[in-house]
Formats: sequence, structure tokens, C-alpha cells
Amino acid sequence: MNRRAAWVAAIVAPALAVLAALATGALLAAALGRNPFEIYALLGRETFGSWYGLGQVLFKATTLAATGLAAAMAFRAGLFNVGAEGQLYLGGLAAAVAALTLPPACPAVLAIPVTLVAAAAAGAAWAGVAGVLRARLGVHEVIATILLNFIAMALGSWILVTHFAQFETLHTAEIPAAARWARLESVWPAFRGAPLNGAAWLVLVLSGACVVLLWHTRWGFEVRAVGASEKAARAAGIPVRRRLFEAMAVSGALAGLAASNFVQGYKYYFEDGFTAEAGFRGLAVALLARSHPLGIVPAAILFGALDRGGFVLSQKVPKEFADILQALVLLFVVVLQPGLRRFMERRQSLEGRE
Amino acid sequence: MTAPALELAGITKRYPGVLACDAVDFRVEPGSVHALVGENGAGKSTLMSIACGLVAPDAGTVHIGGELLGRRGPARARALGLGMVHQHFLLVPTLSVADNVVLGREPGRLGAYDRAAAEARVRATALRYGFDLDPRARVGDLSVGEQQRVEIVRVLDTGARVVILDEPTAVLVPQETAELVRILRDLAAAGHAIVFISHRLPEVRAIADTITVLRGGRVVETLAARAASEANLARAIVGRALAAPVVARARSVAGAVLELTDVRTAGTRGALQGVSLTVRAGEIVGVAGVEGNGQQALLRSVLGLETPRSGSIRFAAHDVTHTGVAERRRRGMAYVSDDRLGEGLVPEMTLAENLLLSTPQSDALGWRGFLRPAAWRARAAAILDAAAVRPARADRDARTLSGGNQQKVVLGRELAGAPRLLVLGQPTRGVDVGGIEFLHAQILSARDAGAAVLLVSADLAEIRALADRVVVLYGGQLRGPLDIDAATPERLGRLMLGAEDVA
Repeated sequence: MNRRAAWVAAIVAPALAVLAALATGALLAAALGRNPFEIYALLGRETFGSWYGLGQVLFKATTLAATGLAAAMAFRAGLFNVGAEGQLYLGGLAAAVAALTLPPACPAVLAIPVTLVAAAAAGAAWAGVAGVLRARLGVHEVIATILLNFIAMALGSWILVTHFAQFETLHTAEIPAAARWARLESVWPAFRGAPLNGAAWLVLVLSGACVVLLWHTRWGFEVRAVGASEKAARAAGIPVRRRLFEAMAVSGALAGLAASNFVQGYKYYFEDGFTAEAGFRGLAVALLARSHPLGIVPAAILFGALDRGGFVLSQKVPKEFADILQALVLLFVVVLQPGLRRFMERRQSLEGRE
Repeated sequence: MTAPALELAGITKRYPGVLACDAVDFRVEPGSVHALVGENGAGKSTLMSIACGLVAPDAGTVHIGGELLGRRGPARARALGLGMVHQHFLLVPTLSVADNVVLGREPGRLGAYDRAAAEARVRATALRYGFDLDPRARVGDLSVGEQQRVEIVRVLDTGARVVILDEPTAVLVPQETAELVRILRDLAAAGHAIVFISHRLPEVRAIADTITVLRGGRVVETLAARAASEANLARAIVGRALAAPVVARARSVAGAVLELTDVRTAGTRGALQGVSLTVRAGEIVGVAGVEGNGQQALLRSVLGLETPRSGSIRFAAHDVTHTGVAERRRRGMAYVSDDRLGEGLVPEMTLAENLLLSTPQSDALGWRGFLRPAAWRARAAAILDAAAVRPARADRDARTLSGGNQQKVVLGRELAGAPRLLVLGQPTRGVDVGGIEFLHAQILSARDAGAAVLLVSADLAEIRALADRVVVLYGGQLRGPLDIDAATPERLGRLMLGAEDVA
């Protein structure tokens, strides 16, 4: 009963929130002296209205989906991983360094997985530090991950500058072709010019893998039990501290893998500042998706579209306009969801009686 | 003829999917004690919440002292002279008795608090009703019975003429209960109207003038306490005759399953101070005692949530002193927590998932750590069926079940592994009469199947109904063991209060 209500609320609430945010945004556009219909027409055309626009949206969504999965995985264990930004940053550096140290003759079937493993391992290791601090010493993971972000950035840029940066730039050399994802335009010419690449498939696979991991394995069950009630999990004999650490590490690995989209799929190098807050925005994606791996993909596409929209709309309205839209979507979700769920439950129980 | 102190007429309250109160009439005369009995979910708490103005009824009226309550909420109910003593006390432990009594209505001027006036007020109230209460004592240092008296004084201090007590004896030892009965009779004699909610039929008959039985949101009957027999009341409450109380004692007691030797735990309050105890296969050892005397430390040490500071624990012929929960569960330990929604279940997970909890080696797990949904759902359905949880639908969230059904789920899960040792913490607290009957039968049949059972409970009736031997936990130490036939309520009560044993 309430299960169905929860499902419906999970889908209807974000949809309503988007509509409400667009309506509010229309008022804002009007207040700025712009015709809201014109603005939204442009937004539509440049995101879902053309193959190129769609390719750009999906490219941006790819990174956000991976960091969103990272946040969702941690949420399920009752953890708040605010450190995806740092894990993403170090994941990117590790990916680039691993790809650059591959022997020249290394084939793609080897080069791509090795690069991915490096990204995941770096993210996992960095998140693992926060995991150990939480599991062993009881340091709250929010504090630990926030602070570790600063260290990750400083450490990463120091390593970059002292060892790998190209002359007078803040990025590494380009990684070998074998470690790069193919652009989707090479199989789907309609996407010409858009940086959408093989990492998008990776993210879809990861989201399916997260579903399997969380709901179809004993490990995932135990992680969710720990997240829902640490006390009950402990009394049941579940190794709570180990599961907390592991969930944090898996979350970090997902955040690290998010770097693949940029490093292996777009610029082909690691660059200081490439994260562009995608790690933080993964939290918003997870919130919108209610931490469900399958919800992450549409939620990331929505945020990707607003991202892309901000860029396009900056010719017409201040670039903050799209940021405000994003914030409004989240705000409306948070406001609408509980009420909608209650409404659904009441309606169903009325139906049940008749 | 004066107006009734409290009169509820035609009260109907509908919640989504439940008719909590169905045209209920309930009136309490001044100077009388009126008991309200019924199973969990019978509508007692909804009815009293309506009387307090916390919940607005869909239909019907509430009059307090002849005045209409209307829809103006709890403040109006208080102003009309109605007060409630909740089951879980709403006291600030670090403040004094007087501070707690006047909290929210502090005497004083210009924002200054006149503590002397507060203490005088408390002393006057206590003197008038013959309470033994020091206004300056810190509430956290008081016994449960004394804290309850603070709550009662607080209600009286608001000028209440109608006092509602929700399960007031659930936390008291027999001697404290006797004191409460005396206080309530005195209050009634002074013209107050008392509403007394309880599960315990002997007390109800001892205290009340009138008894109203609720079942399924309706008044089944209202009768004079003199005219009520326990058997009749029980039948009215559950709607059928209860089986005769089980008196079968352990038949074949075998070797020791659990042995605690001089166990001491860290901390001061509620720590174990040298506990030695043996539980053998096929017997139930009851641990009586007032809450806070080491029950938590005992349960946690036995299960492995806490490692003793010294002493040793042997379970199933192994020294398990330094092993964790998982290891002990693998060796056949099962545990029903006294914190049902905190430790026993995960409220936000489905029943199927909750049944998977704590059964790490079950066949529900498929290949290499992957779950086989079909297998574990089938297993869940089987356990729910055996546990008589209706409807036996495994996809509901645990939080949607009644307390009794939740406990049936927990016990069913823990018994599914045919445990060597069953550790029980307050297994029937907050469970209705019909549920208790079922849970007790399950526990006894587990014992008869050869399980050792450690029953930690503050409910003497439960201990006397189940246990073969009784020990009393007081101040972190055990007293006894007593053979069950020698453990009269009076003798146990004395031990629970720390008095010397005089058999």
C-alpha cells in the first residue's frame, strides 16, 4: 500500500517540482523584462530540441549521474558523503597518471579498464580515510569529508604542478588514444560536435550495478540495514563498522569513476578545476532521485539540462538564472514530497475501505 | 445531581483505514476511580487524547466539569481541570522536584523565578494528599515510583479535578503499586475523578469503582468493579475466552548452555557488579528487577554488544567473553530486544527484510552473497504464518504493524533458527492480552524443545507465568536464585527494592 504511494510520490513530486520551478522562473524572467516563453523556447531548443543540444545535456548528465550514485550509495548506508568533490578530483588525477604510464602498445581493452580502476581506487582510498575515521574513531563523516576535500585539492594540484603539468598550463599531457572513450558521434553522427562519449554507457551500467548490489546481495542488504538502524544491525550481528567503511569506499569509487567522463571522454587530460562542483551537485541529484540508483539517471539528465541551459541562456538573462532554476527544483521537491506522500496514503486508505 | 467530572458523548474518530472510536460514551463521576481497559488498538489512547484536547473527534462532544471542551485544544482542557500522567514521564532529570512541578507556570515576578514559592506550593500539595516528596530532591535521583508522584503532583498543581493515568503501574514494583493505589483512593476521596488505563486486571479490580472495556473502538461494557471477575473481563477485552494460564514447568533440564562468572561491566549507573548465572537447556531463568539496575548491561553482555570489564561468559561450551554478536549468533544465540523498534526491527524496512535480519546462515541466501528474492520471500511468508501475523504479507513496512504483531515477527524470526539460547528482554511490554498469550506459548514451546531461555523482565506476572527459576537484579548484582514456587510477589518485590530477603 504505502509502497505504491511512495513510488508515485517519488515520480510525481519531482515532475511537479520542475513545473513549479519553471513557473516561478517565468515570473523571474518577466521581472527581468524578458519574455518567459521566448526564454523557455530557447532553453527547450538548445537542450532536448536538437541532437547537438541533447548530446551536450547527456554529457553533463554523465558526470552528475556518477557523483549522484556516489551520494546515493552513502545515503543508503546512512552516511553523508560531502567529499565526492575531492574524490572526483583525485580520481581524475589517478586516471590520467595511470593512462600516461601505460606502455605505448597497450590495447584499449586493457588501457580503459586500468584507467578506470585507477580512478575508482583513488576515489575509494580518499573516501576510505573518512570511512576509517568514522568507523574507528567516530569522527562525523560530514566534517571529515568536507575537510578532506581541501586536502585533496591541495595535494592533487601539488602533484600535478610538480610532476605532470605541461609547460605553463595546469593540466597533464594528453592520455594515449587507447585509454580514451569513443565519442558517440562516431557511431551516431547526429551527435556531431557534442562530447557525449562511452562513459555514458559506463554510468548506465554502474546504476544497474548499484541496484543489484543494494537490493540483491547480502552485502547491500546489510548496508541498508546499517543505514536504516545501526542499533538493529548491531544486534543482528552485522559488522556495522566494516559495512560503514565499505559503503564509504564504494561511494568514493563511484565519485572517482565520474572523472572518466572528462579525462577519458572529453579533454583527454586531467586539469585543475575540472570538477566544476560536480561532486557537490551529486548530492542534489541524489536528493531529487530519493537515493534510488534508477532515479539518478533521469535526475542527472534534468540537472544536466539546466546546466546546459545556464550556458545557453546567458546570452539572454544573467547566468544565475539557471542556478536559480536548479535551486527552485530542489526546493519544490523538498516541499512537495512529504505532502504528496501523505496525500497518496490517505487517498489509498480511503479507496481501501470502499 | 452534579455534572459528571468528565463526559464523552458519541465520540467517533476515524483514521485512514481505521475506525479508532465508534460512537463511544464514557463518563466519570467526581470522587470515583474509573478504569479503562482494552487491547492495544482498542481505542483507549485515542479516546484519552480526545479527552485531553490533543485530537479533535470527527463527531461527539467532550464535557469537563460540565463545560464543553470544543476544539480549542489541550490548553482549554487544562484550564477546565483535566490533567494527564503519561506512561513515559515528561520530567527534566537534572532539575529539582519543585522546578519540575511548576515548569511552565513558574511563580515569580518580572522574569525572576521564585524558587521558595515553588517549593512551598509543592510542599502544600504533597501535605494535602499525604505524599512523601522532598521538593528539593533532584528528579534524576528519584526512584520510578517517586518520579510518578512528581508527575501526579504536577497535574494536581495545575488545579486538575480529573486525572488520567496511562498505564501507571507498568513500571512499578508491587510495593510502589500499593502506594499508588492508596494515593489514587485518597484523591478520589477528596473529590477528584481518576481515569486509570491499564492492562493488568488484578490491579484494575483493586483500584477501580467502575470499569469500562473497549474493543475495536467500541464500548463493550461498563460495569461496577465489584461485579467483575477477571475471567469475565479478559473475555470482554479479547472477545473470546483465554486459554487457562500455562503452568507447565520445565520437565527435562539438561546441561548448562550459558554461564556467566563474576561478570563486571564498565560504568557506574546500571553496570554489572559481579554477576554469576547459569542457564541450562530446557529451562527458563527469569531475571526480575526494577529497570535501571543492570538489565541493559546484562542483555548487552550476554549478546556480545558489550565486552565485560572482568569475568567470563561461556556459551555452548565455548568461552565467548571476547567474541562479537555474529559469533554468538552462529553458535545458536537468539535475541528479542526490549527496544523493539530500535534494536528488534528496522521500522522502515519490509517484513521480508526484517526477517532476513540476524539469520546470516539461512537458505534464503543464494549463490555467493546474492539473495534469491523468491526463496527469502517464501521463507518470510512461512515465518509470518507460523507467527500468526495477519495479514501475512511480507512486503509491508515493519512500522505499520501493531506492537503485538511486531513482537510476533521478532520472536518468529529468532525462533526460526531453532536457537540453543533465547535471550528475551521485556518480550511482551506494550503487547495486548491476546498477543501475550501467543508469545508466551511460543516461548514455552521453545523451552520444551530444549532451548535455554533467559527472560529479563520488569513484569512480575510474566516472570511468574514463565520462569522455572527466578533471580533478582538489584544494583548490578543478582539475588537468588529462587525456585518459582518460593518467589511470591511480595518476596520478589522486597528483593527488587534492595531489602533483605526474609523468606
